[in-house]
Formats: sequence, C-alpha cells, structure tokens
Amino acid sequence: MIDIIGLVFIGVGLAFDVFGVLGLVRLPDVYNRLQAATKAVTLGTCSILFGTFLVVGFCAAGFKAILCMLFLLLTSPVAAHAIARGAHRSGIKLWEKSVVDKYAQDKEGEK
Amino acid sequence: MKSKLVLFVLGFLVWLLLSWVPDWQHIIVGVFVAILVAFVVGDLFITHRQVLYHPLRYWYFFACYLPLFLWECFKANIDVAYRVLHPDLPINPGIVKVKTSLRTDTALTFLANSITLTPGTLSVDIDVKSGFLYIHWIDVKAKDVDTATKIIVERFEKILKKIFE
Amino acid sequence: MNDYIGLRRLKWFVGMVFLVGIVSLIILRPLPFLFYPDLPYLGFLGRALYIIILACVLCLYRIWKGPTGADRIVAIDILGIMIVGLCSILTISTGRSWYIDIGIAWALQSFICSLALSKYLEGKDFDD
Repeated sequence: MIDIIGLVFIGVGLAFDVFGVLGLVRLPDVYNRLQAATKAVTLGTCSILFGTFLVVGFCAAGFKAILCMLFLLLTSPVAAHAIARGAHRSGIKLWEKSVVDKYAQDKEGEK
Repeated sequence: MKSKLVLFVLGFLVWLLLSWVPDWQHIIVGVFVAILVAFVVGDLFITHRQVLYHPLRYWYFFACYLPLFLWECFKANIDVAYRVLHPDLPINPGIVKVKTSLRTDTALTFLANSITLTPGTLSVDIDVKSGFLYIHWIDVKAKDVDTATKIIVERFEKILKKIFE
Repeated sequence: MNDYIGLRRLKWFVGMVFLVGIVSLIILRPLPFLFYPDLPYLGFLGRALYIIILACVLCLYRIWKGPTGADRIVAIDILGIMIVGLCSILTISTGRSWYIDIGIAWALQSFICSLALSKYLEGKDFDD
C-alpha cells in the first residue's frame, strides 16, 4: 500500500517537472522563466525524492533521499535569487510588455 | 564557542546519517572532519544565541510555518501549470518594492526563500539596512509599496517575527 | 493583431499535439529498459525514466537556443536539479543504493556551480 502512495508521489513530481520545463521553453524573458522553472521543478524533484523514501523505506537510501530533499528546499531558492540579481545587474532588460521596474528606477537614483 | 559546539554535533550527526552502518574508521574520520568544519565556519552559524532557548519557537516553526509553506508551494505549482498551459500566456510581469520589518539575517533568508517558492513572486534583491525587498511579480496587482507589502509579505512576516526575533 | 493571435494559437496547438504525442508514445509503447528485469514496478519506473529524459531534452533546447547568457545559466541550474530526480528514480528501478549518493553529490555541485555562474554574470571577481 505504501509503495502505491510512493509511486503516486513520483507521478505527481514527474508531471510538475514537465510543466516547469515547459514554462522554461514558453515564457518570454529570463525572470519569468526562472520563476516558473524554479518553483515547479523544485517541488517536483522534492516530491520524487519523498516518493523514493516511501518506496525504499527506512534504510540508507531513504534517509539520504530525505537529506537531499531538505538540501534542495533550502538551496534552490538561494540559487534562483543569486541568478536573478546577477542577471539584473548585468543589464538584461525585462520583457517589453512588463508593467513596472522599481529596481531599475532606484538604481538610477543611486548613480 | 557554543556555536562551534552545536555545529560540531550537527555535522557529526549528518555524517553518521550519510554513512548509514558506521564502521570505526568512518566514525574517526567523521570526528576529525566535523572538528575541522566547526573551527573554520563555526562563528558564522549562530549569531543570536537566545533564540535557541525557547521551545515555543520550535513549536511555532513546525506547527505554523511548515504547513503554511507547503500549502503555498502546492498552490504555486498549480498556478504555474495554469499559466504555462494557457494558450495566451496570462502574465503581467514587473518588479515591485516591498517593505519588511525583519532585521536578522536568518529571518530575512527564510523570508526570501518563502517569497521565492510562493505563487507568482521571486525575490530579486534585498536591501538590509532600510529593509526593502525587490520582488519580481508575474501578475502585478498593485504598484505602490504599501499594497504590495500587504499582499505579498504579511502572512509570512507575522510568523517569522515570532520564530526568529 | 487578430492574425497574430491566430498564429500564436496555431503554434500552441502544434506544440501541444507534439508534446502529448511524445508522452502518450512513451506511456503506451515503452522503449526498452534492459537492466534487471525481475525488480518490482519496472513498467512504471521505466516510463518515468523516459519522461524525465524528455524534460531534460526540452531543457537542453533552452541551453542551445537561449538568446542571452542568463537563459543558459537558468537552464543549467534547472537541469542540475532534474538530474537529482533522475538519480533517485534509478535508485528504485535498479535496486542499487549508491545512485542516491551520486544525486547528493550532484545537488551540492550544482548549487555551487549556480552561485559561481551568477557571480560571473554579475561581472565581479570571486572574492566577494
């Protein structure tokens, strides 16, 4: 029974991975791509790792999967934040239909 | 010194979990590695020591913060799936500025991580001194600072203030 | 403007048909998965492996085609996270527990790689 629940978790995680990568392909600029892909792929991979823990059970591989899941939940938003800041500082524009850019206004005020 | 000790115990525990059936060689090497790590980066780990002594804070973390965080994560994924699969791409992006009253580094890190994993928002930069966050929002509903603060930050800020400050 | 919307919907429709076609091809007629044929759940996990490889190929498209360098860096980051999931699926489907060790090491390396690449993008030296 618990194996079936684990396989359901793996299936949901696969679906979210595919949606996130589809967002990476379809959306129009760097920040939107980063947003969709980071959210969907992080939760999808965490769901796959949790499903692995449920299928394998309390052994070495299961606890390593739990540790890997915690590590991913802590670090992948930090990596996304660093990439977004680096992209904005290196001068990549937002999409041309975007509404407001307070960050660029404030940086112009500082200079 | 106490921070180094806590980091040593934590690192050794993680080492024991990673080498699942510990041998004597594993344990000896793990002790040395944990001592090395604790002496190199120990001072950066805990800066506000009094936070650790309240059991109520752990209770808030596990009972209030984690269910809210996981539920927002799930909603964020449904939102991303809807926006990606829609043929017209219903996005309206922009970078807005919000204000926070948190000051410690741990609380700001957790706030930024929560903002990144909740629906439609991604934190771009933090200004620590004046407490402003710059947030890329995929569907801008309000351009001024106060309304955006009320929509994005408020639900996490109350809980994180109880936990970390 | 009307024509433009029609063209976009046509593109969306063609892309969706392509994606759904590939996914249903994987689900209905599974490609061969040759190792260890006596382990449980191999039908589901073999299909899962091929779906995640499809996602990696879509990610490689963004690396190949990305207009700026930041797009490529985002795609590399996402690819690193997804390969951790692939290692985890291989752990169950082959029954060898050291694949998850590869996953942990890959997650660490991918995080440090993303930080270093973002510093490079920012145009600073590495001593900050």
